[in-house]
Amino acid sequence: MADDLFKALADRTRRTIMDELAERSGQTLFEICSRLSMKHGLGISRQAVSQHLAVLEAAGLVETRREGRYKYHDLDTAPLRQITDRWLAPDPTGPQENTP
Amino acid sequence: MKIHLTSIFVDDQAKAEHFYTEILGFVKKHDVPLGEQDRWLTVVSPEEPGGTELLLEPAGHPAVKPYRDALVRDGIPLAQFAVTDVRAEYERLVGLGVHFTQEPLEMGPVTTAVFDDTCGNLIQIATQPQ
Repeated sequence: MADDLFKALADRTRRTIMDELAERSGQTLFEICSRLSMKHGLGISRQAVSQHLAVLEAAGLVETRREGRYKYHDLDTAPLRQITDRWLAPDPTGPQENTP
Repeated sequence: MKIHLTSIFVDDQAKAEHFYTEILGFVKKHDVPLGEQDRWLTVVSPEEPGGTELLLEPAGHPAVKPYRDALVRDGIPLAQFAVTDVRAEYERLVGLGVHFTQEPLEMGPVTTAVFDDTCGNLIQIATQPQ
């Protein structure tokens, strides 16, 4: 799980996708692609964006939901707490076993 | 050569006629019966009555459904119309019960939004700088 998270965060395009989803939740693939090309000048194929989204989804950072005929993507920042929990905010009750 | 007519598939031509005229505000240009049920049904913009016609074509071919379902799932519009103010048009259409899959989005000089035409398609409206 931690490996998936750090792998997902290690790519600039995926971080940009997260920035855009943070700005507005519930985007279609088309909207995400529009934002990447029009706002960021990233000429990435729709397929490549889909693959980035799959990596983010595997890390728990993006959730997809079907609403009628449409599919929307939402950002889920909960997995990022692993980072603060691990290094920034140690549990005051005492040391715990670290994720390897 | 010029683009005189373009078409989109619609689930139901009567429903499409209502949506494209009463809701969007286009005007009917041609309405000719074809066979038992189908019609040659076209609309134009009232701002450009002699401009490009949009043919609202019956979606009877078996390839249409999987093609459109896949595009709609990913939010991909099949046609784009120009408006002078996307935000104002968005408010007007939402007031008429139209469902948007993408709310107005400013991207540099361009603003776009995407809605469902209730006939199986997504449509993008856009403003662009003069």
